[in-house]
Amino acid sequence: MMNMSLTMIPDLMLAVLLIGMAWAALSSDDLKRGVILFIAFGLLLAIVWARLQAPDLALAEAAIGAGLAGALLLVALRDETGGKVAAGEVSRSGRWLVDLFALTMTCLIGWVLWLTIYTEPVERLAPLAHAMLAQSGVSNPVTAVLLNYRAYDTLLELVVVLTAVLGVMVVGRERRGYRQAGPVFCGLVHWLVPLLIVTAGYLLWVGAHAPGGAFQAGATLAAAGILLRLAGEDAAGLPGGIRLRWLLVVGIGLFLIIGLGVTLSSGQVLQYPKAWSGALILVIESAATASIAAALVLAYRGGRPQGWLTAVDKENNREVSA
Amino acid sequence: MTQALIYALTGAVIFMLGVRTTLLRDALLHRILGLNVSGAGVFLVFVSLAYRGDSLTTDPVPHALVLTGLVVAISATALALALNRRLREMDHE
Repeated sequence: MMNMSLTMIPDLMLAVLLIGMAWAALSSDDLKRGVILFIAFGLLLAIVWARLQAPDLALAEAAIGAGLAGALLLVALRDETGGKVAAGEVSRSGRWLVDLFALTMTCLIGWVLWLTIYTEPVERLAPLAHAMLAQSGVSNPVTAVLLNYRAYDTLLELVVVLTAVLGVMVVGRERRGYRQAGPVFCGLVHWLVPLLIVTAGYLLWVGAHAPGGAFQAGATLAAAGILLRLAGEDAAGLPGGIRLRWLLVVGIGLFLIIGLGVTLSSGQVLQYPKAWSGALILVIESAATASIAAALVLAYRGGRPQGWLTAVDKENNREVSA
Repeated sequence: MTQALIYALTGAVIFMLGVRTTLLRDALLHRILGLNVSGAGVFLVFVSLAYRGDSLTTDPVPHALVLTGLVVAISATALALALNRRLREMDHE
């Protein structure tokens, strides 16, 4: 019992720190401060994932939750100058009402979680997931769930990513780039970008049997693009025109073609042939990595690239020339 | 078991902190920040429920769901930030 309580001290400290960090990030009136605290909150969360034996998530959180979300929010801060887009001021009684609601909901959710954790589980998916691992083509259970058992999740997720980046491109043009960085930063970038690309390749490959995979690899690759843009490379390593369009859709496109192929040949939705599953998963993941990275970098650039012609632009051009 | 409960309750508190900010703040960027924090709270609940002590293997299904959730959350955030920027531009026009 004594040991039990001793090992719980770091957990309690992490929990308190996490709540404190979330509170500090949200309660600060200064948005810049809030965003930076949010990045710290994400890194702390990555430690918690590692503590809860979720190394895949720890990698993804550090790269996406803290890194990319932080980069997107920081660059959004640049737009926050001048007038503010205000929603109505909340009255005092409204504030009380929201606080009361939040408190009640926290207690209710906490109670339900208490019941869930201390009730003996009737049926859990974990034993099943581990039992079928040998047939999945990979040996990392999280990758098996993502790309084999529940491959439709990942398929639809790629649709979400593509839809979001299309939305970003419809809404506006990209931000102006940065000035060419100084020699010291450029030197650092020359070292870091190849290192990040190699790391992304490693994460992609290792995802089959250890923590890693398409999302972590895509995020790492996107980080390389963001670094390039910060150093003054406006395109952030992305190609332009038709090649960019292909890059954005290659993940979902390849997944759809393979998915249709295996569905037609086996008669079951997204059921890979056993001998091929490992190779097919690697192909899908590689394409997904490229598309996710391209989408994230484009989101960082903030909209459709300069020189990207929409249907309306083409129409206008035709009118001008006519 | 107790560890799982600690983190699950922390997740619940963080979720409601985020929701509260989203409801009360008036700057849109602040609300996006609040939504992101409440999402992190939901993820924490999921992962803590997957954890069954150091001796037992964890449940990979919630992990995969949270991994998907992370990518969806960043996509939604990117879209929300783009909309926020467009709203500002329209304000200036």
